[in-house]
Amino acid sequence: MNTSKTFISTFVTLSCTAALLTGCGKTTKSDSGGAPSASASAATNSAAPSASTAVANPSAPLAKDLKITFLPKKVNIPYFSVCETGAQKAAGSLGEQLKATGPSDASASSQVTYINTAAQQGQNALLIAANDSNAVAPALKAARARGMKVVAFDSDAAADARDVFINQAATEDIGVGQVKLISEAIKGSGEIAILSATANATNQNAWIAVMKKELAKPEYANVKLVDIAYGDDDDQISFTKTQGLLQAHPKLKGIISPTTIGVAAAARYLDSSEYKGKVAVTGVGTPNQLRKFIKNGTMTSFALWDPANLGYLATYAAVALASGQITGKPGEKFKAGDLGEYTIGPNSEVVLGPPIVFTKENIDKYDF
Amino acid sequence: MKARAFLRWETALFVLLLLIAIVGAARTDGGFLAGQNLFYLGLDIGEIAIMALPLTLVIVAAEIDLSVASVLGLSSALIGALWNAGWALETILPLVLLVGAVCGAFNGVLVTRMGLPSLAVTIGTLALYRGLALIVLGDHAVADFPATYTRFGTTPLPGTPIPYPIALFAMLAVVFGLLLHATAFGRAVFALGANEEAARFSGIRVKRNKELLFILSGVLSALAGIVYTFRFSSARADNGTGLELAVVAAVLLGGVSIFGGRGTIGGVILAVLVLGALRNVLILADTSTEVLTVVTGLLLLASVLAPAIIQGILNRFKRPIEGAPS
Repeated sequence: MNTSKTFISTFVTLSCTAALLTGCGKTTKSDSGGAPSASASAATNSAAPSASTAVANPSAPLAKDLKITFLPKKVNIPYFSVCETGAQKAAGSLGEQLKATGPSDASASSQVTYINTAAQQGQNALLIAANDSNAVAPALKAARARGMKVVAFDSDAAADARDVFINQAATEDIGVGQVKLISEAIKGSGEIAILSATANATNQNAWIAVMKKELAKPEYANVKLVDIAYGDDDDQISFTKTQGLLQAHPKLKGIISPTTIGVAAAARYLDSSEYKGKVAVTGVGTPNQLRKFIKNGTMTSFALWDPANLGYLATYAAVALASGQITGKPGEKFKAGDLGEYTIGPNSEVVLGPPIVFTKENIDKYDF
Repeated sequence: MKARAFLRWETALFVLLLLIAIVGAARTDGGFLAGQNLFYLGLDIGEIAIMALPLTLVIVAAEIDLSVASVLGLSSALIGALWNAGWALETILPLVLLVGAVCGAFNGVLVTRMGLPSLAVTIGTLALYRGLALIVLGDHAVADFPATYTRFGTTPLPGTPIPYPIALFAMLAVVFGLLLHATAFGRAVFALGANEEAARFSGIRVKRNKELLFILSGVLSALAGIVYTFRFSSARADNGTGLELAVVAAVLLGGVSIFGGRGTIGGVILAVLVLGALRNVLILADTSTEVLTVVTGLLLLASVLAPAIIQGILNRFKRPIEGAPS
């Protein structure tokens, strides 16, 4: 069996050499300065009109018959289907062709094939909700180098890999709004807790920081944050953590859960427990998930942006980009049909606007 | 005998690949055959192709390794964690390959020394290695890798549409092809799969050979993890989740018998290309993701049924047709 030994050793050496082909010296984090790598090949990059050199012409006519690809985190998610209806509505009214495509799983890398395909098909613009801001960056840069405009929405891609980002809600608005809703629900005084997603979820942590700042204000002097639990965006864990919060804090009056999975689990637990109607819950959720709990009095209100408007605005931004009305520079303005005029903010972000507050009165107007 | 050559599974796969290319090119106005698209296609199948090579040997030996994608994830997580800790990539990469070897060796030891079925063992280590990956890196991503390395996952060989990972795969394919079809070790692998008892009595060191196979599988899965990490310049613990099924599918479609003892590296390479090309064409032609999944499933069923059908056809030819004048 000596042959096999030789083969294995040759083979391991071979693969090591392959991996080390570029190994000249030492490549460490410190000497690359932690700068993200520019992954699209430099050769193709030069062909792209980069945003910094292009000049916006606000009075340029809107191009017709543009080919736009809508790429959600994965297909068959109700939330993104609603985004898509808004995007289709905008595309229809502008005379563009919009098609939706996407992977069947929301893994970091599964969108890359679809980005490459869109570039290959010569699509004029891509609307993307990125699964992983960095994993999609090389493919997006290569696609932009071939002349495609990239609008990120819902979850951003790396800033140098897209033209603009349509942010569903300013961090400030969500945090402030959640505190206001829970305070109203507990009549302005009592202990509250937060049920978040994972301990390092970017969105949730930013919102929680705003909530803490807001709670320090004098008008919320009697509202006391006693605990933050993490349900890991898992229905079962969130359910159990809700139970744990109520057992650990007998005087608890309210729960804020700024995640769609957490808020539904918390509401389901309260609905089936003795605390129903005694402990309030609010959060960020979808009407279809929470309709039952609003109707039966488990919760009085929750907040979310309108996903249809998010898709609508993203499409208008894409068309404005492809027509040359905007280039993605902060300060540029564009019109978004029924939603009115928007201004591009710092970091090329466009904020959709304040979230909608859903209550018994208006929840039946929404279906997503 | 002539008829047999035409009825070979590899021939069928090759014809299928040609069909996909011809129909694909027609349906996408030649877009499928554009150099840039072939480059993307190559990138998309790189990791699966690399992992399919050792798995072919493992399945020919009548074992299975379902932990391949988790080893990929663990190696990706290690790259991220060690890079964050300030290690040099020149140290990290060989170390990651070594960890892959250890993962494979652990599978091998459980299967051979403990006499456990590899299906059960590697379903266990599928979860174990993925869990370790999450411990190593948690659920965040590391993305600040230098362009000197990431270009291997994002640019083609100068002047060609061939991605670096595919060039690497081509070298490895030659090595594995020779290993399985032109060495004593390869013959031992076939013997193991055909009849383990007989192999033992004829002096083949069953346990050691099987351990080597699992180690190979571990090392190449770690290598696939390196490729994956640089291709997306994103090291994550959940990278490649679910990929093991795509790899097993490619091996089985390649005509390797799940019961062992039969299969060729050539067939598996063709199968990887068929699955990749099919996926690429269907997405380019705007087919829905669901159709893609259904078509892949049907292809797999066809590959499992094919040997029986071919045997049936051959038997037909051997028997004189009843009622015919002899």
